[in-house]
Amino acid sequence: MHNKTIAELAQALRAGDFSSEELTRAYLDRIKKYDGQLNSYITVTEEQAMAAARNADQKLKNGDASVLTGIPIAQKDIFCTKGVKTSCGSKMLDNFISPYDATTVQKINDAGAVMLGKTNMDEFAMGSSNETSYYGAVKNPWNTDKVPGGSSGGAAAAVAARLAPMATGTDTGGSIRQPAALCGLTGMKPTYGRVSRYGMIAFASSLDQGGPITRSAEDAAMLLAVMAGFDERDSTSIDKPVPDYSASLNESIDGLKVGLPKEFFGEGLDDGVARAVDAAIEEYRKLGADFKEISLPNSHLSVPTYYVVAPAECSTNLSRFDGVRFGHRCDDPKDLMDLYKRSRGEGFGEEVKRRIMVGTYVLSAGYYDAYYLQAQKTRHLISDDFRQAFADVDVIMGPTTPEVAFGLNDKKDDPLAMYLSDIYTIAVNLAGLPAVSIPAGFVNDMPVGLQIIGDYFSEARLLNVAHRFQQVSDWHQRTPAAFE
Amino acid sequence: MALDHNDIERVAHLARLEIDASSVPGYVESLSDIIQLVTQLGNADTADVVPMAHPFDAVQRLRQDVVTEVDQRDKFQAVAPQTEAGLYLVPKVID
Repeated sequence: MHNKTIAELAQALRAGDFSSEELTRAYLDRIKKYDGQLNSYITVTEEQAMAAARNADQKLKNGDASVLTGIPIAQKDIFCTKGVKTSCGSKMLDNFISPYDATTVQKINDAGAVMLGKTNMDEFAMGSSNETSYYGAVKNPWNTDKVPGGSSGGAAAAVAARLAPMATGTDTGGSIRQPAALCGLTGMKPTYGRVSRYGMIAFASSLDQGGPITRSAEDAAMLLAVMAGFDERDSTSIDKPVPDYSASLNESIDGLKVGLPKEFFGEGLDDGVARAVDAAIEEYRKLGADFKEISLPNSHLSVPTYYVVAPAECSTNLSRFDGVRFGHRCDDPKDLMDLYKRSRGEGFGEEVKRRIMVGTYVLSAGYYDAYYLQAQKTRHLISDDFRQAFADVDVIMGPTTPEVAFGLNDKKDDPLAMYLSDIYTIAVNLAGLPAVSIPAGFVNDMPVGLQIIGDYFSEARLLNVAHRFQQVSDWHQRTPAAFE
Repeated sequence: MALDHNDIERVAHLARLEIDASSVPGYVESLSDIIQLVTQLGNADTADVVPMAHPFDAVQRLRQDVVTEVDQRDKFQAVAPQTEAGLYLVPKVID
């Protein structure tokens, strides 16, 4: 049952081929059997999962079920889950049992999905390899010597190894799309404001966005339909109707105008990845898409802009962790300053401290204008590049990452090299646009991701474009041999 | 632009972070690299560009000024490191 799509699972549950209890048990057994090799879960909520499964079976029996009822899901440990540890991959929150559910969690629970547990992640979502987690690195199911990407590395590894049929992720600079690419999955970062951020522990509030990590666009459409929507508890949530993402999956893409930004195909792109992306473009040509070269002339500014804006927002957001109201507190503080400094010094890991300090620096007196204000302006330039591009094309395509999954420890001690892993994904967050990464081949037996970027609120179109490719390719159906 | 030991200690203090003395040299190096990376933003011509704080030109939504939260103090204090009589305890601030 672990190789079935969400639609197939929903069908089988209704046909009585197996119950949600049996399905949930099967996934819990797989987690027990395999997760020792991967470390994709921080917490497995076996008891709650079985109770939720029984509840779902009842709903299915009563004919009171939605599409996701009874289907297991893994929640990224950045989403607050009532009564369940919500660590955000940090020692700081190792003892934090959330008193409430994030809106996204609540919506998914209300839809009847069964939470299997909380997935591992880079600490506070700061990383591109899942190596900054307090709970240890996650391994890539395609090769356990390689990273799964990050920060939603646990979510991607779990879905790739069939330890969950679907998972939630969050994406601040590529944290859904990059691990999806590196693990051979479909991962979507929706338009900023599409999915509620309430109860999603904040890293960089103007960039963070939750989204689905699944095996196919068809599955992603079903999960996104539940995650998306207005939430009055999130002041940046957008009050716009949620379209039926599944309904438009099969629409023709004949005549689709696709832009290929020349900046995404230049220096730094691995030859093998470039070939796989070119082959995917050829497939799209056969499906009737028209391609033209475009330019996003300010692309070179996206990584530096991001590494001002994101740390600045992170230093502000993470000031809430003070050892007073929740989270880690140091032993025997001698005064209030000592309490703050040692609780934070002990609770945060190295990369988080680094970003807090960068953020503090660029916001500090004398530097604010030169760094933060200037970055807000260059952010505008980057956003305007996309605005101009979308006047001419429907979607933009390119590689999701410059290379396939790298080795564990390869970039761990070189922050700048790590930051460049997100070179093609970051600009999308700065502009607030939606984008999806889909499997587009393999290089040295490791998956390659194709990124498709759309205009604001074009999620349905992106999933349609992704789905059409998945109807004529089977990259998304491959399973890592060790986890078949 | 290179940062030095003093910069790291100043920033760590502003951010209320205790940094182990042995890790200061590492931070000097990595923060200098990052600041050097972001300094190139200064070369971009932004003379007529308005700063962008939000992906859309959206404004913050307003709501009626009425109480919407219920009292959940006990629930929230259950996860606090130290409380007494409904208060959060911290080391003595005023002598």
